[in-house]
Amino acid sequence: MIVEASSGAATRRHLLDVDGLSRIEIERICDLAVEMREARAARAYRSLLEAETVGLAFYEGSTRTRVSFELAAKALGATVVDLGVAGSSVGKGESLVDTLRTLERTGVTTVVLRHAISGAPYLAARSTGLRIVNGGDGTHAHPTQALADALTLRERFGSLEGMTVAIVGDIGHSRVARSNLHSLVILGARVRLGGPPAWVRGFDGRPGVEVARSLAEALDGVDAVMTLRVQLERSAGNGVPSLREYTTRWGLDETRMRLAAPGAPILHPGPTNEGVELTAELANGPRSLIGRQVENGVPIRMAVLALVTGAA
Amino acid sequence: MTVARFGRLSDAPATFLLAGVRVIDPNDGSDAVRNLAVVDGFLDVPAAVPPGAERIEADGLIAAPGFCDLHTHLREPGAEGAETIASGAAAAAHGGFTTVCAMPNTDPPLDEPARVGWVLERAREAACRVRVIGAVTRGRAGEVLADLGAMAEAGAVAFSDDGNALPSPRLVRAVLGYLGGLGLPLFEHAEDASLAAGSVMRAGPTANRLGLSGWPVSAELTVVERDIALAVEAGARLHLTHLSTAGALEAVRRARARGLPVTCDVTPHHLAMTDAWVAGSRRFAWAASADDVAPDADRGYDGYCRVNPPLPSAGDALALLAGVMDGTVDAIATDHAPHPPERKLVPFDDAAPGLIGLETALSLGLAAVEAGALDLGTLVAALSIRPAEIIGERRSLAIGQAADLVVFDPTARWRVEPAALASASANTPLLGMELPGVVRLTVADGRVTYRS
Repeated sequence: MIVEASSGAATRRHLLDVDGLSRIEIERICDLAVEMREARAARAYRSLLEAETVGLAFYEGSTRTRVSFELAAKALGATVVDLGVAGSSVGKGESLVDTLRTLERTGVTTVVLRHAISGAPYLAARSTGLRIVNGGDGTHAHPTQALADALTLRERFGSLEGMTVAIVGDIGHSRVARSNLHSLVILGARVRLGGPPAWVRGFDGRPGVEVARSLAEALDGVDAVMTLRVQLERSAGNGVPSLREYTTRWGLDETRMRLAAPGAPILHPGPTNEGVELTAELANGPRSLIGRQVENGVPIRMAVLALVTGAA
Repeated sequence: MTVARFGRLSDAPATFLLAGVRVIDPNDGSDAVRNLAVVDGFLDVPAAVPPGAERIEADGLIAAPGFCDLHTHLREPGAEGAETIASGAAAAAHGGFTTVCAMPNTDPPLDEPARVGWVLERAREAACRVRVIGAVTRGRAGEVLADLGAMAEAGAVAFSDDGNALPSPRLVRAVLGYLGGLGLPLFEHAEDASLAAGSVMRAGPTANRLGLSGWPVSAELTVVERDIALAVEAGARLHLTHLSTAGALEAVRRARARGLPVTCDVTPHHLAMTDAWVAGSRRFAWAASADDVAPDADRGYDGYCRVNPPLPSAGDALALLAGVMDGTVDAIATDHAPHPPERKLVPFDDAAPGLIGLETALSLGLAAVEAGALDLGTLVAALSIRPAEIIGERRSLAIGQAADLVVFDPTARWRVEPAALASASANTPLLGMELPGVVRLTVADGRVTYRS
């Protein structure tokens, strides 16, 4: 299922992005996540990964991804070590590859890697004997978030076949959007992108993807809407003149959401800037699936760890 | 298989007869199989070769004027772990080059006459002639002009702040005006720093797919058009190095049509490789497909593919090849940029830009010739006599000249791997690939500098 790198002595499984997955594989991960959720509630499968040591190497800040990977690994009985980059040799200038090779020698078998530079997990996968799970790399990919989102939408709609999902915001700088573009299209949905021109540039013409010229066009009749965190430091001079202008033209609220299909849900990978990309009313209202996305993070990561390690 | 060996410029002059070699001389466009004689380091008639002198059977081999590289980073002084003058010169001889022009971005930079002289002195016994390109500004800081005239007297053949474009139009005007008086060219690294800031690969569908920050083609074009406008005013020679975009090449073509003294070079990697290589493709530009390129788990985000200017779109690479064919591109120059592994086996954004090229330039050119994308005579001219002209030198295969030539087997293949390279570094995405073109003999200034 998951990408297999052929370099090195052993063929290992990694999850580097969702773009290499088939529809059947994504469905299987979602099915397994449902099973994992029940198992976790029943405190079952608690020794599934007891032979595994999972390292959390987060070179960039994270709350929900790191915590949910840690809980997922522990729920399956794995030993978990958090590299705690701030307190490690990384501060002494040790390179990524050297740090990961050190972890490997201490007995870590699988590493969840979060890194600010796109592609870092690819380097890690081919330069070490570790299994690598991408916990978010630069602006490239965030596969477990996309899988959690797929599960969330599947729970709501049963199937994504024929649906249209709008993604609104800074698509170009979003690893969540990039991975969701792949997974939503693989699952049979169409994706409509909306945002200031510089933030949606270059996505036109991809199979299953269209770019809207206005928020109204982006939302028109769509079945679900996903919006993204506006990177506060990116607003000035880099795509939009000001946050206020963004909110005025592209911010989501209950009134604007009425352009979408009746009852269309709102999703957001978090953390949200309420009052910027969406109103607090919308984020906390009946349309919101934001909490459910977080809840689905743990079982999805349980499923991914079980599959990557070959335990499931 | 013969054991390869390197010679030095300080060795005794050579005497030998190359029997039945195909001689390609772009000076007069001749291309014929004949015997080629060298006596005491000078080209001579075959009858002048003394009895008992070595006779080299050269069936199937090609002899051409020695190659001249306009853009080489020798890394000495300052980064001798990556390359030295000696190892870089050996790599040059292995690649068929008899002259390399050393860029001044060493540590300290070559911004004073004594430093120019120091490099020339160190190179006296190397395997390749070394010419020095002096820095335009002190410390390459883009502020105060270095002593250009004194460096010219010390032997500098051109000036460049390579690595950066000159930052202001006013500075370019001042430099061109001054160099006009010296009769030497400015080698401009055409890249607008503000447009290129933060970028790590060519902007386009692949960069978008990979989530890497894209370098816009306008970063090159804006500087090229600025400099051409200033060269018109100054009436001075402008040489644009490592052009990588169709638009910039078109600007040069228009300037030349107006009779302006503007020249340019392109690198072998911008002719042969494309931005898809960053995702892991290893298809040459002339064989590229338009397929969406997903990052490859084994080769995706390879730091060896990080180079400045970044690898072009396939369309631009083909435009550059067309520019070589129609003569708009004067020279193929390597931008040989050695880096140790620790600068490359890092996340892509952190990788030092640049790849080695002296030992693979001919082979990439021959791969293009095999594919029908380039003509052999044009390739030879762009590697030899045309770059030499830009630094005011002549290369000739005429009787009476000091022998300066390369002999290569155009169809023999070799595998690019660290052990096969004379460079102290092996940073190239070509590692593991088999390429056509094996150099059998390099003769610089009458001395055998490489033989296999």
